[in-house]
Amino acid sequence: MTASVPIIEMKGISISFPGVKALDNVDFTLYPGEVHTLMGENGAGKSTLIKALTGVYAIDEGEIRVLGETRRLSGTADAQDAGISTVYQEVNLCSNLSIGENVMLGHETRGPFGINWKATHAAASEALQKLGLGHLDPRLPLSTLSLAVQQLVAISRSMVTKSKVLILDEPTSSLDAVEVEQLFRVMRNLRDQGVAILFVSHFLDQVYAISDRLTVLRNGQFVGEYMTAELDRSALISKMIGKDIASLRSLDSERARKDHPHDEAPVYAATGLSRRGSVEETDLQLHAGEVVGFAGLLGSGRTELARLIYGADKPDTGSVAMRGETVDVKNPAIALSKRIAFSSENRRDEGIIRDLSVRENLILGVQAKRGWARPLPRKEVEAIVSKYLVELGVRPADPDRPIRNLSGGNQQKVLLGRWLATKPEVLILDEPTRGIDVGAKADIQEQVAALADEGVAVVFISSELDEVVRLSDRIVVMKDHRKIAEIVNGPDVTAESIVTTIAEEGVTADSTPQGAHS
Amino acid sequence: MNSSKPAGAKGLVAEVVRKQYFWGIIAIVLLLAVNVFKDPSYLAISISPTDGNLVGNLIDILRAAAPVLMIAVGMCLVVATGGIDLSVGSIMVVAGAVSMELLAGSNAPDSLGAAFIAIVVALAISGLLGAVNGVLVSVVGLQPFISTLVVMLAGRGLAKVITGGQNTSAVNEPFRWVANGYAIGIPVVFVLAVLITIAVGMLVRKSALGLMIEAIGMDAKAARLAGLNRRGLLMTAYISSGLLAGVAGIFATASVMTVDVSRTGYQLELDAILAVVIGGTSLAGGKFNITGAAIGAILIATLDKTVVFLGVSSSATPAFKAIVIVALCLLQSERVRALFRQRRIQRPTGTAATKKETVSA
Amino acid sequence: MSTTTATPELKTEKSGNDVFRWLKLHIELLPTIAAVVIFVAMIAYGQIAYGGILQANTVSNLLINNAHLIILAVGLTFVILTGGIDLSVGAVIAFTSVLGVILMNQGWNPWLALGLMIVIGAAFGAVSGILIQYFNVQPFIATLAMMFLARGLASMLSTVPERLADDSPFLVLAENFKIIDGPKVNDLIITPGVIIAIIVVVAGFFVLHRTRLGRTVYAIGGSEQSAKLMGLPVAKTKLAIYIISGTLAGVASAIYTARLGSAQNITGIGWELDAIAATVIGGTLLTGGAGFVLGSVVGALVLGLMNVLITRDGGIPPEATTIITGGILLVFVLLQRGVLAKKRE
Repeated sequence: MTASVPIIEMKGISISFPGVKALDNVDFTLYPGEVHTLMGENGAGKSTLIKALTGVYAIDEGEIRVLGETRRLSGTADAQDAGISTVYQEVNLCSNLSIGENVMLGHETRGPFGINWKATHAAASEALQKLGLGHLDPRLPLSTLSLAVQQLVAISRSMVTKSKVLILDEPTSSLDAVEVEQLFRVMRNLRDQGVAILFVSHFLDQVYAISDRLTVLRNGQFVGEYMTAELDRSALISKMIGKDIASLRSLDSERARKDHPHDEAPVYAATGLSRRGSVEETDLQLHAGEVVGFAGLLGSGRTELARLIYGADKPDTGSVAMRGETVDVKNPAIALSKRIAFSSENRRDEGIIRDLSVRENLILGVQAKRGWARPLPRKEVEAIVSKYLVELGVRPADPDRPIRNLSGGNQQKVLLGRWLATKPEVLILDEPTRGIDVGAKADIQEQVAALADEGVAVVFISSELDEVVRLSDRIVVMKDHRKIAEIVNGPDVTAESIVTTIAEEGVTADSTPQGAHS
Repeated sequence: MNSSKPAGAKGLVAEVVRKQYFWGIIAIVLLLAVNVFKDPSYLAISISPTDGNLVGNLIDILRAAAPVLMIAVGMCLVVATGGIDLSVGSIMVVAGAVSMELLAGSNAPDSLGAAFIAIVVALAISGLLGAVNGVLVSVVGLQPFISTLVVMLAGRGLAKVITGGQNTSAVNEPFRWVANGYAIGIPVVFVLAVLITIAVGMLVRKSALGLMIEAIGMDAKAARLAGLNRRGLLMTAYISSGLLAGVAGIFATASVMTVDVSRTGYQLELDAILAVVIGGTSLAGGKFNITGAAIGAILIATLDKTVVFLGVSSSATPAFKAIVIVALCLLQSERVRALFRQRRIQRPTGTAATKKETVSA
Repeated sequence: MSTTTATPELKTEKSGNDVFRWLKLHIELLPTIAAVVIFVAMIAYGQIAYGGILQANTVSNLLINNAHLIILAVGLTFVILTGGIDLSVGAVIAFTSVLGVILMNQGWNPWLALGLMIVIGAAFGAVSGILIQYFNVQPFIATLAMMFLARGLASMLSTVPERLADDSPFLVLAENFKIIDGPKVNDLIITPGVIIAIIVVVAGFFVLHRTRLGRTVYAIGGSEQSAKLMGLPVAKTKLAIYIISGTLAGVASAIYTARLGSAQNITGIGWELDAIAATVIGGTLLTGGAGFVLGSVVGALVLGLMNVLITRDGGIPPEATTIITGGILLVFVLLQRGVLAKKRE
C-alpha cells in the first residue's frame, strides 16, 4: 500500500449548519491502495465529511485536493468526475429498474440505435463478476435482491466508472457475518488494485479486520490519524469519546446491583406476538418499575418488536394483556389510550414534527389522547411545557421555537417529555441516545432510571450494548427476528457476554439470509 | 412562506407585514388603485334610494368573493393535510343542480320550507361527495390528486344527469335572497361567507383540530406515531371541503337562480388553490392560514372585477392570475429570497440531503 | 419498472410455464395489459352490440380524431414518469392554435407559423421546467400558472372562432389519404397528422427506452435522491421533460388545428385531464418510475373508443361520459394500487 502521493487531501475543512458547527478545521488524507476508516461517535461529523467529499455539502472553509489538484466539488456528478464514488448505508439505487441498469445508469453502452442493451447488460455482468456476483442476471429487477446484495451492486457501479476512490458509509450495518466477509473480500481485492477506500463502520471488529489507517473525529473536530496496527482498541475508544478507559469503567452498571423481585402481575404481557417478515412469535412480559433492554443488531427484530407493542405496525398474530385485561393494540392511538408510549429510533422522520414549535411537539401526545374536540386548556399546556422544559433541561427553554432549530439531544428531550406527559405505564425508548451529545445522553439515561423508580415499565433499546447493560434490569436478546435469550442483569453480564450470546446462538442454523425480500 | 420567528410583540402591523398574505393585501390595494386611476369614483359607495341598500363596485366585489371564499377555506384545510381537492368546482355544480331541481320541482316561489329543504339536501350531497374523497384518500390510500380528479369528473357528469343535461332554473324568493338579499344594507351572501369563515377559523383554532391537521400535513408518519387519527382527520378535512363547496354552489346558483351545468363552478378549484397559495399556505401541507386564504379569495374577486372593469375580456383573466402566481412563487423561492437577503446561506444541495443531516450527521 | 427494453428479448426467450414467473417479475406491466384487455373487450362488445367497429373507417376515424390526444399523452408520460405533472398542455394548444391561425390568415408562411407554434409550446414547457427545477415551485402550481397564462393570452388574441382559409396549405396536415379503398365509405384512411402521431409515439418509445435521457427519467421517478447520488443529470433531465411536453403540445395543436380548420380560445379545456387519464389508464404510475408510452397510447384509444361506443349506443346520455371516464380512471388507479401493494410484499 502507501504510495507516497495522496489521492485525496482535505485540509482545514469547516462546515456549519444553522446553530451547529458540523465540522471544525478537519484534515483528512487518503492514499491509493489503502483502506482508511473514519471513526467517531454519532454526531462526530463523519457523514458531514463524506458529504463534503462527495459534493453534497459545500464547504465553508478549507480546501479539497484530488491528486494534488484543488477541486471545487459541487454536486455528486463533480465528485464522480473526480473519480470518487460513494455507497451509502441506505442503498441509493433505483428499485424500479433492473440490476444491470442500476450498475450502468449514466454509462450505458450506446450504438447507432441508442442504448445497446445486450452490450450494456454484458458490461454490467462483467462489473458484477469482479465482485463475485457473476451469477446474477442483470435483467432481473433490483427489488429481487436482498439489501446486502444490493449494497454490492451499488459498489459495482464504481467498477464501471473506474473510480479511484470508493467511499463506503456504514455499508455493513444491515449485513450478516457471511455477507460482511463477502464485502471484505471485495474491498481487499479493490485495495490491491490500487483503489483508495474510505470506510465507515461502527463495528470495531470490522474496523480492525479491514482497515490500514484510521482518522478519528470527535464533535466535528479532528482528533488524530493513526495506523490501525499501532492503536489498540481501548485507546481508540477513549479517543473517540474523549475520556480515558478508567473513567469509562467506573460508569459501571448500577442497576445490575439492584435487586428486582417482581412477583406482582406484569403490566404488559404479550403471547405469540408476530408479524410476517419482521418478528417471529415472541412472548414478552414487562413489569412496573423495571427497565427491559432490547439487545441485538440492527434488523435483528429489536425495533420491529417495539413497533408491534405500540401498534406502529399491526401484529399478525398474538394476544396482549395489560394488567390481566386483554387489549387489541392495532394502532398507536389505541396504544396511547392504553398508556403505552413509544419513541421511535427515527427521531427526525417519526418523532419530531419539524415545523411545529417545541410547545406543540410537547403536547401533541396528550392532545392526541384527548381527541381534537377537547383542546388542552392553555393553563395545562403551560404547566406541561414548563414542567418538562425544566425537568428535562431542554436548551434553549423557549417553547415557541420551531423544534427543528434545536440540537438532536434537545429534540430527544422534548420527545421524551411528549411521552411522559401522557403518563405512560409502558414507555418504549428506541435509540433515545443515538446521535446526541454526551451531556444530553447522561440526562436521558438518568431519566430512564428515575422513571423506572417511579414505577414505569421502561423498554430501552440501543445499539450501544454498554448502555443497555448499564441501564437494564433484564435484557431481551434478539437475533434474526427472534428472541434468542432473556438475561437477568447481574455482575457477570457485560456487553461482551451479550455479544457472545448473539454470536454463538444458532451458529449451526445461520443460513437464513437477512433482509431477503422476494 | 413566513419563516416562523418567535412571535415578537412588535405590534400588529409588524406581524401582518411578515405574513405572506400581506402581499395579497398590497395586490388588492394596487388593483383598486388602478381602478381608481381609470375612474376616480370607483370606490364610491352609495345608498340605493329605492331600498336603502349599499351599492357600489366594492359591494360587487364582496358579493362576487363569497363563493370563492367558501371553497378557499375548505381547500385551505385540505391543503394543510398535504392533499388537494380538485372536486370543489364539480361539487358546487352538483349542489346547484340538486337545489335547482328540487326548487323547480316543488314550484313554490315563496316557500321558505322548500328553500330550506333544497339547501339541506344540496349540502348533504356535497358532504357525501366530500366523504367519497375522504374515503378514497384515507381508507383506500389513493393520492389526493387522482381521488379528487375522479370525483371532479364524475361530479360534473352527475350534475348533468341530475338536470338531464339542461340548465335548470327555478323561482324561489327565500333561496334567491341568500345571494341577492341585504342585511342592514350589506349583501347577505358576503355576511354569510364571512360568518362561516370565522366559524371554521374558530373551530379549527380553538379546538385542537388545526394543530392536528397541520401535524399530519407536515409529517404523516410522525403524527401517526404521536397517536393522531390520520384517517379521521383526513375525512374531516375532505368532508368540510365538500360542505363548503356545497355552500359555494348554493351561493353561485342562488344569485342567478339557474344552474349552468357546464359553467357553474367550472375551474373554480383552481381559483381556490390560488387563493390558498396567495394566503401563505404551502401546497406541501402543514401550517395553514385561513385569514390568508380569505384575503386570497378577495384578491381573486378583485382581480376578476378589475379585468372586466378595464375592458379586457373576462376570459383573459387567467393571464393576470398567472402573473400573480408566478410573482408569488418567485417571492417564496429560496433562490430569490437569497438574492434579496444578500446573505450567503450554506445550504445542502437537494432536499434529500437535508433529510439525512440530523439523522447521521 | 425493470427494463421494458429488455422485455421483447425476454418474451421471446420465455415460454409456457415461464410466462407466470415472468409476469410475477414484471407485475408493473399488469395495468398496461389490463388496459389492452379492456380495449380489446370494448372493441368486441362494440362489434357485437352495435356492429361496424371492426371496420376500416371506424379505425381510421378513431386514429384521426385522437391523434392530438395520443401526442399529448406521450408528453405527459415523460412528465408523469418523473413523478411530475403538466396541467398546461390544453391551454398551450389553445394559445398556439389561435396564434397560428391568426398569423396564417395575416399571410404568414404556414410552415413558419407551424414552427412558431411548436417553439412557443416548447417555451411554455421551458418556463414550467425552470420554475420547477430552479425556483422550487411545485409542478402542479408551475404548470397551473402556465395554463392560466396560455389560456389568458389566447383569449386576448381572440375570443371568437378563427377560421383558417379553406385553401390554406396548412390543411394538408389533415388531408385524407386512402390506404385501402374499401366498399362504399369504408376506407382505411390516414392523414399526415396520424403519421406524425405515430412518429411521435415511436420517437417517445425510443427516447425512453434507448437513450440515457429516457433512463434518467425512469431513475428520477424511481428515486430522485438516488438518481442525484448516482451522478445523473437530474436538473437537466427534469427541465428537458417539461420542454418535451410543451413541444408536443405545440405539435398536437398544429394537428388539431389543421383537422378542425379553425381555432378558438376555449379549445382544449380539460384536455390535460384527458391526457393524464390516458396515461394513468395505460399503466403509468402517478408517483412516477413505471409506465410505458405504448400504454398511454392504448389509454388514449380506450378513451376515444369509449366516446365512439357511447355515441353508437345512443341510450347512454352523453352527460354521463365524464362519469364513465371517472369510473374507468378509478378502476385503473385501484388496480395500480393493488399491484403496488403486491410488489411490496
